[in-house]
Amino acid sequence: MIENRPFVTVLAHLTLILGVAIVAFPIWITFVASTHEAARMTQVPLPLWPGDQFFTNLKTVLFDGVGGSNATPVWLMMTNSLIMAMMISIGKIIISLMSAFAIVYFRFPFRMGFFWMIFMTLMLPVEVRILPTFEVVANLHMLNSYWGMSVPLIASATATFMFRQVFLTIPDEMLEAARVDGAGPMRFFWDILIPLSRTNIAALFVILFIYGWNQYLWPLLITTDSGYFTVVMGIKQMLESAEQSPDWHLIMMTALLAMLPPIIVVLSMQKMFVKGLTETEK
Amino acid sequence: MLKRVHFGPSLLPFLLVAPQIAVTLIFFMWPAGQALYQSFLIEDAFGFSSEFVWFENFQVLFEDKYYLASFQRTAIFSLSVAGMAMGLALLMAAMVDRIIKGVMAYQTMLIWPYAVAPVVAGALWVFMFDPTLGIFAYALNTVGYDWNHKLNGDEAMLLVVFAATWKQIAYNFLFFVAAIQSIPKSLIEAAAIDGAGPLRRFWTIIFPLITPTTFFLLVVNIVYAFFDTFGIIHAITQGGPAKATEILVYKVYNDGFIGLDLGGSAAQSVILMGIVIVITVIQFRYIERKVEY
Repeated sequence: MIENRPFVTVLAHLTLILGVAIVAFPIWITFVASTHEAARMTQVPLPLWPGDQFFTNLKTVLFDGVGGSNATPVWLMMTNSLIMAMMISIGKIIISLMSAFAIVYFRFPFRMGFFWMIFMTLMLPVEVRILPTFEVVANLHMLNSYWGMSVPLIASATATFMFRQVFLTIPDEMLEAARVDGAGPMRFFWDILIPLSRTNIAALFVILFIYGWNQYLWPLLITTDSGYFTVVMGIKQMLESAEQSPDWHLIMMTALLAMLPPIIVVLSMQKMFVKGLTETEK
Repeated sequence: MLKRVHFGPSLLPFLLVAPQIAVTLIFFMWPAGQALYQSFLIEDAFGFSSEFVWFENFQVLFEDKYYLASFQRTAIFSLSVAGMAMGLALLMAAMVDRIIKGVMAYQTMLIWPYAVAPVVAGALWVFMFDPTLGIFAYALNTVGYDWNHKLNGDEAMLLVVFAATWKQIAYNFLFFVAAIQSIPKSLIEAAAIDGAGPLRRFWTIIFPLITPTTFFLLVVNIVYAFFDTFGIIHAITQGGPAKATEILVYKVYNDGFIGLDLGGSAAQSVILMGIVIVITVIQFRYIERKVEY
């Protein structure tokens, strides 16, 4: 603080409180909607204060699903989301660690060629080439499978660049010392590089978990079997299937469940999250 | 970029890059090549035969008033989202810089929308603005405004802009806070001694010094609005009413998967790829924040 201006400080707090209120309001409304019964959710104006049906709605959504008797229960969708998010985030971290290691620590033919090829993936987001990618996955018989949902997304230029940066800051003496002690490349990788990049791996994991959990377009395209639906897709289907009178209390409960895991990850690992975000810059 | 001390050539590095390269080739390069190839073809309605037509698909696109309108719409949409999300985030970040107590608490409360999936964010906002039930639609109704984004294109656009902005504030906020905090305190103090008030200090010192971050965020926000808002639009308006919110990415999906116009969709994909490449080049060439190669 430079100078004492109580008025400006109060104004700053007021602005921030207003900002927080605007940011948090949609989530509050979601929570409130998830605690009321169906009948209350058809009367205008909608409630602003929670009701007492939270656990009833939670049970309905988790075990029966929304939208008729053959609806997918949300616990299954949550499991699918978790599997997909874990496969994407862990897969990205593993293959990026390996390729960054190869590019930084080995002299081999086409090294820069490989590097630029990985770089190119940055320029080809899945949204711009959905149809041909869909065809490739269909030809490989990977539709309706966890592999199909995750593998096409796990190439990662940003993760590779980040690990490359991390490895470049590791002193050369480390490798020399390891060599003197008789360690081969893989031993060096496991026992020195991975432990030294632990915090970066954790930070990246937070970002990638959110990325994986929130994937929407890709799983939407390649899954037709409701056993593979993710919760993020599920919400959209609930909105659609009940175009006339959506069961808002159940849809909002599902929305709450869908955003809970990534929010928990962000808030419980806030420092890691900020680090991951600012270091990978995406 | 190669370590001074490194391992000699062997099979191992190839094995190490193999998974990443395999995924890149099969799921990135090959489909991108296919899109390029298909953009030169016109397929008949039943998919039995196709004809090589050079640039006809592109020509058709640029004569299509819907496509040009979609371009314009995307520009309006992404500039509004970038402007609003960055403006609000900068305001919050400047305010956070003024206070001493409770910075972490505010930060915690401001960053969580980042974790919400676009389509879930869409569901939240469509619920709040539902013409018959929504809490905001009701509030607007009581003051005499009849909100219906299902019929009114401008209102629909406004709603998707709100939802997209809401999700992006957190990201911008974190970067602005980091940028403002990295400004040496002595500069601010010197200005204060010279008699510059908080507002003046902000515009003449803080704002110019964070320009690199602002520019970086502008690029990131535009990319976000271009490509990551599909879920929001899919949940709220599905491109409607009357294509009022059909941005480029949504049109690729709509023409390809719903309309089954393979050549046209592929040509749009190619144009989008071109846009991404241009943006990436700008990002890497002109933004100092970025690592060097």
